[in-house]
Amino acid sequence: MNNPERLRKVKEEWKEKKVLPLLRKFPERKNQFKTSFDSDIDILYTPEDLPPDGYDKALGFPGQYPFTRGVQPTMYRGRLWTMRQYAGFGTAEESNERYRYLLSQGQTGLSVAFDLPTQIGYDSDDPMAEGEVGKVGVAIDSLEDMEILFEGIPLDKVSTSMTINSTAAILLAMYIAVGEKQGVDPSKLTGTIQNDILKEYIARGTYIFPPDASMRLITDIFEYCSKKLPEFNTISISGYHIREAGADAVQEVAFTLADGIAYVESAIKAGLDPNIFGKRLSFFFNSHNNFLEEIAKFRAARRLWAKIMKDRFGVTDEKAMMLRFHTQTGGSTLTAQQPMNNIIRVAFQAMAAVLGGTQSLHTNSYDEALGLPTQDSVTIALRTQQIIACETGVTDTVDPVGGSYYVENLTDRIEKLASDYLQKIDDLGGMVKAVQEGYIQKEILKTAYNYQLKIEREEQVIVGVNQYLSDENPKKDILKIDPIIEEKQINKLGTLKRRRNSQAVEEALKELKKAALGSENLFPFILNAVKCYATLGEISNTLRDVFGEYTEAVIL
Amino acid sequence: MMRRLKVLVAKPGLDGHDRGAKVVAMALRDAGMEVIYTGLRQSADEVVKAALQEDVDVIGLSILSGAHMRICEKVLNLMKEKGIDEKPVFVGGIIPAEDALELKKMGIFEVFGPGTPLKAIVDSIKGAIDK
Repeated sequence: MNNPERLRKVKEEWKEKKVLPLLRKFPERKNQFKTSFDSDIDILYTPEDLPPDGYDKALGFPGQYPFTRGVQPTMYRGRLWTMRQYAGFGTAEESNERYRYLLSQGQTGLSVAFDLPTQIGYDSDDPMAEGEVGKVGVAIDSLEDMEILFEGIPLDKVSTSMTINSTAAILLAMYIAVGEKQGVDPSKLTGTIQNDILKEYIARGTYIFPPDASMRLITDIFEYCSKKLPEFNTISISGYHIREAGADAVQEVAFTLADGIAYVESAIKAGLDPNIFGKRLSFFFNSHNNFLEEIAKFRAARRLWAKIMKDRFGVTDEKAMMLRFHTQTGGSTLTAQQPMNNIIRVAFQAMAAVLGGTQSLHTNSYDEALGLPTQDSVTIALRTQQIIACETGVTDTVDPVGGSYYVENLTDRIEKLASDYLQKIDDLGGMVKAVQEGYIQKEILKTAYNYQLKIEREEQVIVGVNQYLSDENPKKDILKIDPIIEEKQINKLGTLKRRRNSQAVEEALKELKKAALGSENLFPFILNAVKCYATLGEISNTLRDVFGEYTEAVIL
Repeated sequence: MMRRLKVLVAKPGLDGHDRGAKVVAMALRDAGMEVIYTGLRQSADEVVKAALQEDVDVIGLSILSGAHMRICEKVLNLMKEKGIDEKPVFVGGIIPAEDALELKKMGIFEVFGPGTPLKAIVDSIKGAIDK
C-alpha cells in the first residue's frame, strides 16, 4: 500500500467505480468543499497525502526539531497546559478579588486585562479617558494601583500574563517593583507581557508611538529582561487579534510569524543573540470553529517557525527554535443569538487548541457577545478546560491526531501558503513596511468582507444567526461597570499626586526624557520613574513629547 | 437623479475593534452610498466636525469598548448644539439590550448588535432617510 503511485491509481479507480455512480443519484451537499482559506477539500485523504518529506523530516518527535508534534517530549502526560483566564475590570480592588477567586477555583496562572486608557498611556483623569475607565479591563494609573492588584498574590508562585503593548515597559516595571516589595527578586518572576506592537497597527489599535520608537522600546525590554528577568517571556507575538480582525487561518499564521521575523531582526540589529532571546519569544493564537483546520494551523505554525529560526536566523540552540504559544478561543465566533450555544463552540475550539499542543489556554465565556462576562459564565469557561483535561482522555498521549492523513495534509498546505505570504512580505521590504503601507490591513479586510458575504448568502451557516433561529427570551444579567468607578479612580490619583515626592517624580521624568532623546536603554529610567510613583500617563506623555504619535493610515 | 446617500462611519473613543465598522462601510459602499470612514480614536468633537464638514446624511458609530452611553450622549448633544440633530445616528457594537433601549430614548435611531445582517443595516439606513 505504501507505493504512492499504486495508491493514487487505486483511489482514482475507487472514485470512478464507487463515488461517481453514487453522486449521479445522490449529489453532495455542496458543489465544492473548501477550507476557510479557500483551498479545495478532497473527498478522502490517504497515505499519499502525507508529507512528501517523510516522517522524520516533516514530523519528527515531540521536543525535537521541527517540533511539528509538540515542543515538549511528554506534553500533557507530564504537565497540563496552564489554564489562564483573561480577566480584569473596574478598579484594582475588584480585579484582585476576581483573581483570588479564579486561583481558588483551580486556575493556574493570571492574565491581566487592562482598560483602554492604561493600554494607550492615559491616566484616568485625562479627557481622552472619559467613559473608558475600568471598562474593558482594570485601570492602572500608578504603582499604587499595581500594589493593590496583586495584594495577597505571591509573585514568585504565580505566572502572570499581561495584555499590554505600547505601555508594556511601564506595566512590567510596576510588576517588578511590586515583586521587590514582596521580597521577590526579579529573576524569580515568571509570566508574559504581550509587547507586540506590530499587530496593534494591524488589528488591535492600542498603538501610541510611530513604529521605529515602538520597536526601540521592545528591544530595550528584550535586552533588560535577558539580564534581569531570565524567566519572563518578553513578548507574545499575537495572531489572535489578526484573526479576530477577519484573517483566515493561513493569514493568521503568516502575519504572526512575519511580525516575529521583524522582532528578531530588530533585536539582532540591537546586538542581541537570537540563541538567547529566541527562548523568551512566545506566541498567541486564536482557535476558531473549523476543528481540524485549527489543529493543523498550530502544528504548521510550530514547524514553520522552527525552520525560520534555524534557516533564516542561523539559530543553533533548539530551545530558541520552539514556538510556544497561548491560545484563546475565538471571540468573534460567539453569537449574541442563543448565547448558550457558545459554550459548545468554545468547547470545540478549546479541544482544537489542546490537540494542537497549546502551552496555555483561555476559554471565552458564552456571554461575551452581550457584554462583560459574569462570574458564573467565567466559571463554566474554566470548567470546560478542566473537563477536556481530566475527562476526555486526549491528554494521555502526545499529538494524538498526528498521522491523520487529512490533518497532515492541511498542516503542509497551511505551512506552504503561509510561506508564500512571507515571501511576498519580504518582497515588499519587510513587515514594518507592509504594515505602514496598509498591505496587511487590506488583505485582512478583504477576507473579513468575503466571509461576511458568505454568511449573508448562507454559504456559511451560523447556528442561531442565519439558520435554526428561535424566539429568544431577553437576556439575563451581564456585568455592569459602575460609572462611579471613574470618579473613584480619579480621586485616588489626586490623593497620590499630593502625597508623593513630586520633586523626585520631576527629576525621574527629566532623566527619562534625556535618555529617550539619546540611545540608551529606556527601561531602567522607566523603572526609576515608576518607583517614584510617576503615573502611567506622565511617563507616556514624556515619551510622546520625544517620539510623537502614530496616526493610522485609514484603509478601506 | 437622486443624490447618493452620504454616510459617516466613525470609531469614537479608544476602542480599536474596527472590523465591524470597516465591513459595514464596505457594504454601504457596495449598496451605492458614499462612505466616509474616520479611522480610530475620534473624540465626539471630531466626529461631529467631520459630519458637518462632509455634510453627511447619516452618522454611524461603532463602539465595542463599553463606553457607548457616555460617547453617544456627547455626540448627540454636540449635534444639537451645531443644529444637525435631525440627522439619524446609528450605533453598532456590543451594546447590552437595556442600554440599547436607553440609547434609543436618548435619540439614537437604531442599534445593531453582533450578527445583524448587512442588508438589515443598509435597509434601515435607507428607511431612515426616506422617512
